[in-house]
Amino acid sequence: MAQKKLGKQTFKFSSNPIISSEAAVVGPMEGKGPLGEKYDMVLDNTFAGENTWEKAEQKMMQYSMELALEKKGFLPSDLDIYLAGDLLNQIISANFTARFLNTPFLGLYGACSTLIEGLCVAGILLDGGFVDRIGVSASSHHNTAERQYRYPTEQGTQRPMTAQWTVTGSGSFVVENSGSGVILTHATIGKINDMGISNANDMGSAMAPAAFDTIKAHLQDTGRKPDDYDLIVTGDLGLLGSNVLKEMMRREKISVDNITDCGTLVYSSNQDSHSGGSGCGCSAIVLSSHFMGKLLAGEYKKIFFVGTGALLSPITSFQGESIPSIAHGIVLEYMGGRQ
Amino acid sequence: MELLKAFILGGFICLIGQLLMDLTPFNVTPGHILVGYVTCGAILSGLGLYQPLIDWGGAGAAIPLSGFGHSLAQGAIEGAKTKGLLGVIGGGLEATAVGIATAIGLGLVVASLFKPKG
Amino acid sequence: MGNVTNGMTEEKIWKKVKQREKIMSRSTLLSNLQMSEYQNELQKEHQKALYWETKASGEEKIRFTNLRNEIEIQQMLLVKPKQEAYKAIANRLAPKQTVVKNTIMAFIFGGIICTIGQIINNLFLQGGLAVKEAATSTSVIMISLSAFLTGLGYYDELGKIAGAGTIVPITGFANSIVSSAMEFKREGYIYGVGARIFTVAGPVIVYGTSVSIVIGLIYYFIK
Repeated sequence: MAQKKLGKQTFKFSSNPIISSEAAVVGPMEGKGPLGEKYDMVLDNTFAGENTWEKAEQKMMQYSMELALEKKGFLPSDLDIYLAGDLLNQIISANFTARFLNTPFLGLYGACSTLIEGLCVAGILLDGGFVDRIGVSASSHHNTAERQYRYPTEQGTQRPMTAQWTVTGSGSFVVENSGSGVILTHATIGKINDMGISNANDMGSAMAPAAFDTIKAHLQDTGRKPDDYDLIVTGDLGLLGSNVLKEMMRREKISVDNITDCGTLVYSSNQDSHSGGSGCGCSAIVLSSHFMGKLLAGEYKKIFFVGTGALLSPITSFQGESIPSIAHGIVLEYMGGRQ
Repeated sequence: MELLKAFILGGFICLIGQLLMDLTPFNVTPGHILVGYVTCGAILSGLGLYQPLIDWGGAGAAIPLSGFGHSLAQGAIEGAKTKGLLGVIGGGLEATAVGIATAIGLGLVVASLFKPKG
Repeated sequence: MGNVTNGMTEEKIWKKVKQREKIMSRSTLLSNLQMSEYQNELQKEHQKALYWETKASGEEKIRFTNLRNEIEIQQMLLVKPKQEAYKAIANRLAPKQTVVKNTIMAFIFGGIICTIGQIINNLFLQGGLAVKEAATSTSVIMISLSAFLTGLGYYDELGKIAGAGTIVPITGFANSIVSSAMEFKREGYIYGVGARIFTVAGPVIVYGTSVSIVIGLIYYFIK
């Protein structure tokens, strides 16, 4: 019998894997957002000194991992394994970053849930006693996503109000099996949900049921209530998705008082993002800067962080398929120590 | 007066496009709009309904892409009159060749000169 | 027959399928529990039918294929009412498109672009060009203006505000050509610029030309 499994979908870590370091590198628009001060590095422009946006995204991911390592005085060679993913076809940003880091590497794809998928896998590997130190990264770039999923960037199109703005940014984490700081206690692995939403400009509505499903499964598996957490944070549902999630929770009489969403925090309302931020980078940069900061300052003790991903592709969109979505959750707890 | 008519008719034709994008349940992209306007313009023109719009609103009907469809259709009709079946096939593109070639040529030039800013 | 495994037989499954058909035709919203019960049932039957299908041949195989298809249809139908109920919630909460503002903007910007076209056209006419030449020259100028505004990065900013006002005029056609060409420069001049330049322009030319040929043909034969 599995000893670390609770209920159907939740793993309980017994060794408490610890996030020992983290860093975020973001684009200029994110730097001007409400959390602008908190990021480790804000790029002057979206090209990061490269000649393509794809290279710029890869550099952001590499820089964020290097910064996270440097804070603890590590080198990539100190990592036992590197877990990373992004939104581009064949997860090129992650693969090309791993080429530079020269560590054992597992590429991940969970669309915008990739970071949390990475932290879940990191927790499992550490708790299983396979490794001592793991690097986890996730990135997205507004312009690489636009040209892959939507229109050429210079085409004069109007984004609907339900659309979200893909975050340009990358967040990286070093997770270890000893130390002090913020520990991972539980991981809840999500199931694919598909409520028939096929509008690629409304990913919040597509993802909300997945987030709801994972939150419900987590509460059921652990026997906890939403109030047991200081916050339940979702990755990138945006304004609309977040409202839909709250509505779904209200209907099942689950308290919604402490629910928030990274997509609604990353931009201010005058930044014309419409329904908020999205993309792998969204939860990655907001967790590594804003929420890790609040946890380490002791402001929050316990957070349930749910990464949400819309698993669409331009091909399935053209074929009229609906959008399958997924959400993974991880419990972050502050244990004292590391400032 | 001519300018005002062009403004009103041109604005109105664009307004219909906006309503199509905002109020229809389907995901209407710029591609759909452009193709739809060219096709509708050509059909209206074939029925003899587009020339009156041009006569009234001038550039207000000629500049929207439906005017491009009008040129295509009139080209084919003109070709049918003067050159028979070969004119039917080639007439549309002949009438619009300058516009298409300009756009393609400039597309290449601009693409080599500029870099997208995002 | 005689395909008995785990107590399931072909007749039993067909019977279940028929039973469920009645329930599903009502398309009422099932509770989560009922839903997952049906889903499990369908999954079990689907696997069985699939397995039998691989073992059978000839007419028997066709029968199992039909059974499997029926089950697949029911699997799809089962979730429909739940999806519809969800879509209703999501639609209710969706922020309203700013239709009135968008429409006004489309009207104003579309109008302005056409007025500019009219001014240019008039200048050409004054310069002594014939009506047709003036019209063609006007579209050349409009296309060029749009191409350079796109290159400088202004046309997409206009498009954000103007919507269809900048898509519908021929300048929007030029913008779609130039922006696609620019965007894929890094993928090379052959498969990048050369191929992608027609992403939006291609369909416009394909359907425009085809319709024009049809119209020409009709005219040719009726006249």
